Amino acid sequence: MKKTPLHELHAESGSKFGPFAGYDMPLFYPLGIMKEHQHTRGHAGLFDISHMVHIDVSGPQAADLIARASPFDPASQDQGSCKYTFFLNENAGIIDDLIVTRLGDARFRIVANAGCAEKDIAHISKLAEEYDADIEVLECGFVALQGPEAEKVLCDAGIDVSQLVFMTAMEPESGWFVSRTGYTGEDGFEIALPVAETEAFARKLLSDERVELIGLGARDSLRLEAGLSLYGQDLDEETSPHEAGLIWAIPKELRSGGAYLGADAFARKFAEGRKRKRVGLKPKEAKPVRAGATLADSEGNEIGSITSGGFGPTVGGPVALGMISADAGENGIFADVRGKQVEMEIVPLPFAPHHYKK
Amino acid sequence: MATVYYTDEHEWISVEGDTATVGITNYAQEQLGDLVFVELPDVGRTISKGEETVVVESVKAASDVYAPIDGEVTGVNESLGSDPALVNTAAEGDGWLFKMKIGDPSQLEGLMDKAAYDAMVG
Repeated sequence: MKKTPLHELHAESGSKFGPFAGYDMPLFYPLGIMKEHQHTRGHAGLFDISHMVHIDVSGPQAADLIARASPFDPASQDQGSCKYTFFLNENAGIIDDLIVTRLGDARFRIVANAGCAEKDIAHISKLAEEYDADIEVLECGFVALQGPEAEKVLCDAGIDVSQLVFMTAMEPESGWFVSRTGYTGEDGFEIALPVAETEAFARKLLSDERVELIGLGARDSLRLEAGLSLYGQDLDEETSPHEAGLIWAIPKELRSGGAYLGADAFARKFAEGRKRKRVGLKPKEAKPVRAGATLADSEGNEIGSITSGGFGPTVGGPVALGMISADAGENGIFADVRGKQVEMEIVPLPFAPHHYKK
Repeated sequence: MATVYYTDEHEWISVEGDTATVGITNYAQEQLGDLVFVELPDVGRTISKGEETVVVESVKAASDVYAPIDGEVTGVNESLGSDPALVNTAAEGDGWLFKMKIGDPSQLEGLMDKAAYDAMVG
């Protein structure tokens, strides 16, 4: 199993490890998922996300290549701005969800999911054959600092991020990439840096008493409460951005066609209307309802399933995301949990309010 | 005086006469992390050794707790309904899961004592 540059730091910090996308990753530390979650919402949490994939696309036709791979217009993207988007397949299913940042006239950074690394790299490399653009997969450390005190902590650590707003990025020095983005619903930053400097930087941040290490367990509960999708659970190659509730990420003018792969299928499906939709769900009792549980209406007809579910420490109860038939009724939805029926209520997302610095 | 036995599935079983109290070990709760829900069995249910009897749910996952021996459930820890984290703070005490009438005392013979269990989890 692969190890991130912070593996030794995690072990020394008493982490419980588990496998994730081929890496031996920290699940939680002695503080525990509940307190790690709450610490991030209240102060600043440091996450090792070095397993994620960084791809630089550069060259005269870099923007054209991005426009082929993803449903947005990179040519009009401001330098330093980050765009949440997708790689789509020919059927407009999601190959991966990712963030594309424009770093220069002809230079873009793609940050994508660890679990999709191989297929993402193969996909963009194949598309690149038709364009005058170079693909470089970067070796780097990657950490997230999330929570209301993240800005002050980073500024005190010598990185002035006060000029960044949500979904913008900068390169403070060669080999470093800092964006005001995250996966918790809180204000926060994601910082890519040279592998050799990663551990020292993490230790420097941890020397600040406002910062605690946070594992993948709380990363999942934080993103779930924020209503953010997890690829492989809430999103997959059979699911379109429209069904996934992510239509906002596709500019209006590209919903009826465009240069991107999958544009025709997307336009057709969008015109027909979606057959399934993603919804936020809360069990009407204290029992958590987890991914894979089937959903039925009050007459027992299957209408969908839970794609992510667990306990929301900030909400103080169980929360879930589900994919259901677009024509299913709002009331009388039941999840099957170990053979028992748990009534579910559709609720607006996010479960916990976002606190982005816009 | 109760005698406490341990299973290789990380349950403890405290035996007094023909009744027993069952819980998960402190080691097990450390592995699970913060518990947020415990699904307890119905009182009166007949259980067989190895049968899924309790579900303990952490923030992240649901895990089964198995019946350590045959018997009948005679009581459950009602406090866990409002405070499932008792299992984290007092796994081998106030965080017990259920009580049972022992069906087959000979099944206790194959279980570990504390020293053997501690050696197993290292």
